[in-house]
Amino acid sequence: MADITLRVNGSEKKVSVSAETPLLWVLRDTLELTGTKYGCGAGLCGACTVHVEGNAIRSCSTPVSQVAGRSVTTIEGLGANGLHVLQQAWIAEEVPQCGYCQTGQIMSAAALLAKTPSPTDEQITQAMNGNLCRCGTYERIRKAVHRAAGNGGSR
Amino acid sequence: MSLLSRRQFVTAGVAAGAGLVIGFYLPHKSGAPEESFSPNAYLRITPDNKITIVVARSEMGQGVRTALPMILAEELEADWKQIEIEQAGASTLFGDQTTGGSASVRTTWDPMRKAGAAAREMLITAAALTWNVPRSSCTAEKSRIKHSATNRSLSYGELANKAATLPVPTDVPFKQSKDYKIVGQSLPRLDTPDKVRGTAIFGLDYRMPGMKFAVLARCPVIGGKVSTFDDKESKKISGVSYVGKIGDSAVAVVADSVWEAMEGRRVLNITWDDGANKDLNTTTVRASLRQAASKKGTSLYSAGEPAKASGRHISAEYELPFMAHAPMEPGNCTAHYQGSKCELWAPTQVPQDCRDSVATAIALDPEQVKVNVTLIGGGFGRRLEHDYAVEAALVSKAINAPVKVVWTREDDMRFSTYRPASFHQLSATLDGSGFPAALTHRIISPSISGQKGQPVPNGVDPDLPDEAGPVYGLPNYSIEYVVSETPVPLGWMRSVYALQAAFALESFIDELAVGAGKDPLQFRLHLLAKDQDLQYFTTTWHTARMRAVLQLAAEKAGWNTPLPAGRYRGVACFGCFASYMAEVVEITMENGQPRVHRVVAVVDCGQVVNPSILEQQIQGGIVYGLGNALRAKITIEKGRVVQGNFDDYAPLRMEETPAVEVYAVPSAEAPSGIGEPSVPPVAPALCNAIYAATKKRIRALPILS
Repeated sequence: MADITLRVNGSEKKVSVSAETPLLWVLRDTLELTGTKYGCGAGLCGACTVHVEGNAIRSCSTPVSQVAGRSVTTIEGLGANGLHVLQQAWIAEEVPQCGYCQTGQIMSAAALLAKTPSPTDEQITQAMNGNLCRCGTYERIRKAVHRAAGNGGSR
Repeated sequence: MSLLSRRQFVTAGVAAGAGLVIGFYLPHKSGAPEESFSPNAYLRITPDNKITIVVARSEMGQGVRTALPMILAEELEADWKQIEIEQAGASTLFGDQTTGGSASVRTTWDPMRKAGAAAREMLITAAALTWNVPRSSCTAEKSRIKHSATNRSLSYGELANKAATLPVPTDVPFKQSKDYKIVGQSLPRLDTPDKVRGTAIFGLDYRMPGMKFAVLARCPVIGGKVSTFDDKESKKISGVSYVGKIGDSAVAVVADSVWEAMEGRRVLNITWDDGANKDLNTTTVRASLRQAASKKGTSLYSAGEPAKASGRHISAEYELPFMAHAPMEPGNCTAHYQGSKCELWAPTQVPQDCRDSVATAIALDPEQVKVNVTLIGGGFGRRLEHDYAVEAALVSKAINAPVKVVWTREDDMRFSTYRPASFHQLSATLDGSGFPAALTHRIISPSISGQKGQPVPNGVDPDLPDEAGPVYGLPNYSIEYVVSETPVPLGWMRSVYALQAAFALESFIDELAVGAGKDPLQFRLHLLAKDQDLQYFTTTWHTARMRAVLQLAAEKAGWNTPLPAGRYRGVACFGCFASYMAEVVEITMENGQPRVHRVVAVVDCGQVVNPSILEQQIQGGIVYGLGNALRAKITIEKGRVVQGNFDDYAPLRMEETPAVEVYAVPSAEAPSGIGEPSVPPVAPALCNAIYAATKKRIRALPILS
């Protein structure tokens, strides 16, 4: 067991877990932030995507010790004041079906837009390809990213 | 799931002073017999002006929590913003509560409308009595009854108690589709905001005080058992509080977090009794299907006498593997056993099956088991099983505390129930122009219901009547079902047998078209040229509707417009769950592999309730179907499922997803299924495009095997 301090959605959190515990389970089971999802546990599906210092990472494959002292943003903290522009776009384009993977999709898209405010289709595909959706919402995800980027959903 | 009953009822229920309550019955499959009719849905209008529909239709992405209220709200003349839907849990007071079979809209269309219309008429009567004016002078609009002559109006809430004292009218007029204000609109789904905020509670997210987490080590060999286990190492893992056998074939590790439970399982020492299936592998499964093909089957459909047709004979065999649903949210269930009762929180399509199986497993009466239905992170049929619920109840009983059983992705892949592997024999006798004068399709597959010990009436798996009907009005046409056996656990996976039937039939039709030197689309239209009603169990298939779907697909896809060099098209059509579907797939070949650029999908599903949800379902079904066609394959080695995660069972990703254009044939017919019908035509349309590109016929899925 180790005492680890991390900054989650702007507030300091002290947790007492074994150092190799994946960040995902610390978020979900220790801090009860269940918006971050478990899908594969192997970095293959992206459902667990969160930001560490603004970069999208797979929390299922990131030991919590690696993010000690660092700043973690989850879906719960993405829209600091109301809904993030991507969350608004997701609603406008009616993206979710079952919705399970969508928080991870939005976190990947948010990291993309932070670095590439007006992404091309290719850049969207590259950034989003690690996020699986079994409901097949990929086309609407693409539209929503364009909409949020101010491209009005054009291709 | 089959659909054997279309009974619809509206009954009255009055809660004194609590407003108007109308109970009604939404059929799913063979429900309770008529004499023991019990409602499974309720419309409630309370004096505080809330309109609530209580219904057990699980939301797994298909939009039922939006589409079903829309149907009722239309007839009720309700203000859409006022309508709420409440998820019912398993109840012995309710009739069948299963969600499946693309049935939620098509079987509830009439009863939902009847309930809405009956309430509307009762509210009008209540207002007319209140004002002492003729009923005919009152109108219903936006959740108010108006008397325009005197400029008076009352809200539904204000009228609810009075309406509740009135008899429920049995013969109520329905609105005409031209007057619809809600049905047919792309109203936003009610569940979207929570899902993008991360506040939607799926099964895996449900929390309760004192709750532990458990993962189970299950025997990797199908049907095997626990021989011995040693929990010494597991108990050294911090947080692990319990290790114990659950049933004959699993050991549970309980801890304070999912990770600790997984760690505890990783170091658990178990010896297994592999049992009878330790030598089972994919080769023996394939051989047993071929062996079963020599048996005489049961006729599903028969026209004329195929054996007596004369002409050139052609035949081909097709084969499909086991497939796994692989929903994004792995199996899980929370249970709280408390001696004389047990409560569950389950992402399930079958709350009543969960309740009954749990009751049996932990020796309680069904009335002592309460099932709450959570949001479902993808169903696709996997949540028609109740294994995870039984496990959760058993673990909770063993530790006498609330517990959430969590399946890892590998658990989900290896201990699933699989789409049956199947084998198909197609043969045709061709007339002088190369058209089939006779066609025979033999479907050799195990029965999902049969394996589960459920009824298989007259030797016909009860799903086949919805999923393997005739497409073409051929004079001599036989569809035959030969049941085979397998120890591999089977389950209903999105579109079920229709995926198999469509792949075999529509690939074969393409072979015939190519053999006749004819355009595959014109060839199909020729076979559909005559208006015919094809009776298949309780469904009547109309060749005219399929023809219209195919023609619209051809037009939208620009079938007669030449493609750029290197691009190829394939087409397929199929009907299932009472809907008609045609798809045109456009591909290029890159390094010997198909790349799908565009899919044009046309559906005739009768009246469209919500076009945006329809597009979601069709697009999603096509992405699902492409994944099935390209790579989905579960193989068995030494009695064990080989695949474990999204690397060796790889669904479609964004880079492979084509643009999917969705069109619906305008129709005022009653709605039919939309959740599944888009899946089956994808594989044959893609394989037919691959043939167009390469002259290579694919007769076994997956394509990239």
